[in-house]
Amino acid sequence: MPDKIKFTVDGKECQAEAGMTIYEAAKANGIYIPVLCHFEGLKPVGSCRICSVRVNGRWMAACTQPVTPGMVIENASPEVEEYRKAIIEMLFVEGNHFCPACEKSGNCELQALAYRYQILVPQFPYLFPKKDIEAFPKFLLEHNRCVQCQRCIRAIQTPDGKKVFAMKNRSGRVRINVDRKLAARLSDEEAQKAMDICPVGAILRKEVGFRIPIGRRKYDRRPIGSDIEEKK
Amino acid sequence: MSKPVIATASLAGCFGCHMSFLDIDERILDLIELVEFDKSPIDDIKKFSRPVDIGLIEGGCCNAENVEVLRYFRKNCKILVSVGECAVMGGLPAMRNTIPLKECLEEAYLNSPTVAPEDRLIPADEDIPVLLDRVYPCHEIVKIDYFLPGCPPSADLIWEALTALVQGRPLRLEYELVKYD
Amino acid sequence: MNYKKILQKYRKDRTRLIEILKELQSREGYISEKAILSVADELGLSRAEVEGVISFYHFLSARPLGKYVVYLNNSITAEMAGREKVALAWERETGCRFGQTSEDGLVTLLETSCIGMNDQEPAAIINGVVFTSLNPDKVKKLVGWMREGRAVEDMVEETGDGANGHELVRSMVRNNIRKTGPVVFGEYVPGQAIRKALETTPECIIDEVKKANLLGRGGAGFPTGLKWEFCRKEKGEQHFVICNADEGEPGTFKDRVILTERPEMVFEGMAIAGYAVGARLGILYLRHEYTYLRRYLEHVLQKMREQGWLGPNIAGRGFDFDIEIKMGAGAYVCGEESALIESAEGKRGEPRDRPPFPVQKGYLNLPSTVNNVETLATATQIIIHGANWFRSMGTPVSAGTKLLSVSGDCERPGIYEVEYGLTVKELLEMVGARDTLAVQVGGPSGNCISEAGFGRKICFSDLPTGGSIIIFNRSRDLFSVVRNFLDFFIEESCGWCVPCRAGNVLLKKKFEKIASGLGTVQDLKEIEAWGKIIKSMSRCGLGQTSPNPVLTTLASFRELYESRVNKEADFIPEFDLNQAVAEACAITGRKFQEEQDHA
Repeated sequence: MPDKIKFTVDGKECQAEAGMTIYEAAKANGIYIPVLCHFEGLKPVGSCRICSVRVNGRWMAACTQPVTPGMVIENASPEVEEYRKAIIEMLFVEGNHFCPACEKSGNCELQALAYRYQILVPQFPYLFPKKDIEAFPKFLLEHNRCVQCQRCIRAIQTPDGKKVFAMKNRSGRVRINVDRKLAARLSDEEAQKAMDICPVGAILRKEVGFRIPIGRRKYDRRPIGSDIEEKK
Repeated sequence: MSKPVIATASLAGCFGCHMSFLDIDERILDLIELVEFDKSPIDDIKKFSRPVDIGLIEGGCCNAENVEVLRYFRKNCKILVSVGECAVMGGLPAMRNTIPLKECLEEAYLNSPTVAPEDRLIPADEDIPVLLDRVYPCHEIVKIDYFLPGCPPSADLIWEALTALVQGRPLRLEYELVKYD
Repeated sequence: MNYKKILQKYRKDRTRLIEILKELQSREGYISEKAILSVADELGLSRAEVEGVISFYHFLSARPLGKYVVYLNNSITAEMAGREKVALAWERETGCRFGQTSEDGLVTLLETSCIGMNDQEPAAIINGVVFTSLNPDKVKKLVGWMREGRAVEDMVEETGDGANGHELVRSMVRNNIRKTGPVVFGEYVPGQAIRKALETTPECIIDEVKKANLLGRGGAGFPTGLKWEFCRKEKGEQHFVICNADEGEPGTFKDRVILTERPEMVFEGMAIAGYAVGARLGILYLRHEYTYLRRYLEHVLQKMREQGWLGPNIAGRGFDFDIEIKMGAGAYVCGEESALIESAEGKRGEPRDRPPFPVQKGYLNLPSTVNNVETLATATQIIIHGANWFRSMGTPVSAGTKLLSVSGDCERPGIYEVEYGLTVKELLEMVGARDTLAVQVGGPSGNCISEAGFGRKICFSDLPTGGSIIIFNRSRDLFSVVRNFLDFFIEESCGWCVPCRAGNVLLKKKFEKIASGLGTVQDLKEIEAWGKIIKSMSRCGLGQTSPNPVLTTLASFRELYESRVNKEADFIPEFDLNQAVAEACAITGRKFQEEQDHA
């Protein structure tokens, strides 16, 4: 393979193809860098910052940063992991994440990251913000659980490129805004895709839920990222 | 040497965490060997009779009585543990935290379709504990030393935590032990 | 309203979305649902996308506003100059609170972040017109005029100095130029620089600017020559020069004065940059707050075209270059170059991921150089007078002069053109500051210096600044300064990334706990740790500097924080039982008495 790039992650020598992001390059080498907003096949946006790594003392998001030759990447050092943990905790207190009452519990990527980092209680105070629940013909939008990852924005567009989901407002007031007219026209498959792509329980199908028994859900037994780490 | 003393309380919770505690099944026999119980709904002791080593708190604080009991525990326990989602983050009762108290009360006691017209009254009896403006996690009111999330935390997690604390060893948190639901 | 007809002239150009929305708002007072749908339809966007853009910008509104919309600035210098009394006067005279519209629909009162008038606060923007040095009497008079239906332009009784009095400006804003220097306010004959530049090659221009060691004046200090060189080397069917006139850092207002008094120098700089990088179009991205300068700047551009300094075949040398003005709509983050580009493309002003950098993929994904107003003006002078002349000023690392916008506790707030290397102490003497407690160098995102640091030099290697200097004397409470700055960042965060969006809110909460005397030694440790996390993990410069108000005051005034924390307690809750039951007591009519002894 031409153009192989050499770099190290936590001292481990790695190789990857040019053009890969740090996240992809690490993954190709059996190293898991935790991500939340990133989703394979979508353009990365670097919004959650959980994938932050340190390269020569500089922090960068692994999902957006291309890997370059000779990079010395710090991924699982105590400080990097501590900072990531803080980001996960920020997300928990910034929204209203009542896991016991959430349909996504057990299959939720935010929760799974918190499990992986063994968060027993966030170091930050809960903010209990006022957020709404919106209903659309084919799905519910639970703003209390939304982490502003923008996956739905990126994944669901009309054939002529119109965004069904878009960002609204700014600062702590940002919300996912749904175009009602376009949402009503979504096919069942598109609606299902929106739900499947949502890492948390913010986009939900109506009239179903809690279908998989506890113990058999995605993250009940194995930490998120195990699939990548077990490859090599 | 006397056995470590344990106390428990359920504040704004559903007693589910206590139930889960009892789910340690036959290990309860080992527990009796290991510790003694003081104030707890399990033995129905109402007041502390001696200094307590470990206090287990289920539930967050939704009214003034919860706060008083929690402070009472803090005063009398060397180690205080928040057990379960409600104690840790307010839990389901805290879902009211995004709604003004007045609205909550009016919805529950005045406007709800299940309230008969003649019963429309917001309870104000002096014997009922006064509600707080919102539900507070325990660690926002007193210092909490350990946290066991879960709704409820599994019997295995409670057992692991309790035995670790009693034996003075660090917690072994297997992946499957820590869950929020 | 016939939206279709209005929209026609924009030729379905998505990059003009903000301009379109502004026009619709100026016609109807707000952007109605029907307008949103028409715009979405015309531009092939979803309604949600158009709403996303409107809701991002402070000066766009999808809800009806009053006939007069008052945006009262809330920067710290406004507070120091008596903003509270002015705000109360507005509420008293109009009968509505901030955030509301008066019942008769006459006036809407809103707050806004720094509008670039720090040396003449309290200031407000009313229907695009700037009103400075407000006091309760003036507010009363203004509201009286509003009741009479007077046009805002006619409420300006006296115009400011210099071009502020030009018939196309007619603004009460004052330049307050206190010290001129040899570069920006030096001798200057318009047209000379571009003619000289076109006599040589683009490479020579870049070399000269590199030799001069011109570093970006916006604050970041990236070498301008290098930026131009990178941009020039990039392949692309078109290159762009963008002038960043979105100075939003609280306390800076020097670009406003440059654009008022030296617009030709800036535009010439853009043309020179265009020649250097191979661009034919320049964009002046002007912050909304400076809308009052727009007609004047258009007029200057037109004059320059007539002189042959802009337009086709400049100076007969076969170089075509023109400049268009694009307006911002109220968002501090758009001062960040990639966010600015997004905004110039008519989108939400959210920063991009880098790489690719704007010089590679900038405006319309084509190579673009984004330079600060002062940088471009300075480049013009470098071309006229040469690199050696420029390097003879300042320090070896920081060549030339810098415009400082000085405000706060001093006798002579205003604009100072000084050579780099000036110490804070020298500056304080120059501006007539006495009994100084702290100096905020570089605005809220910069550094708060105590007396121990007054010997430090203003330059890139010591105290860099985009120009904002705010002075606090010993009568000021630094905690209210930090509070104001933290609120600013919370409001101006674009909300894209978690550490900036959520972290700053949490940082502020922790700060308030400490400020209110409920902090412990642990809280002090945590606020510092949280600040570091936000700095490290945030996506763009805004988040990466947003904890600075806390971190730099902690570094310079640690004793102030330590005096507020309880050193004995290992835990102090913020929870107050009596406060927590107050609401329930009020609803039920009960009295609460805490049981003192449970046992």
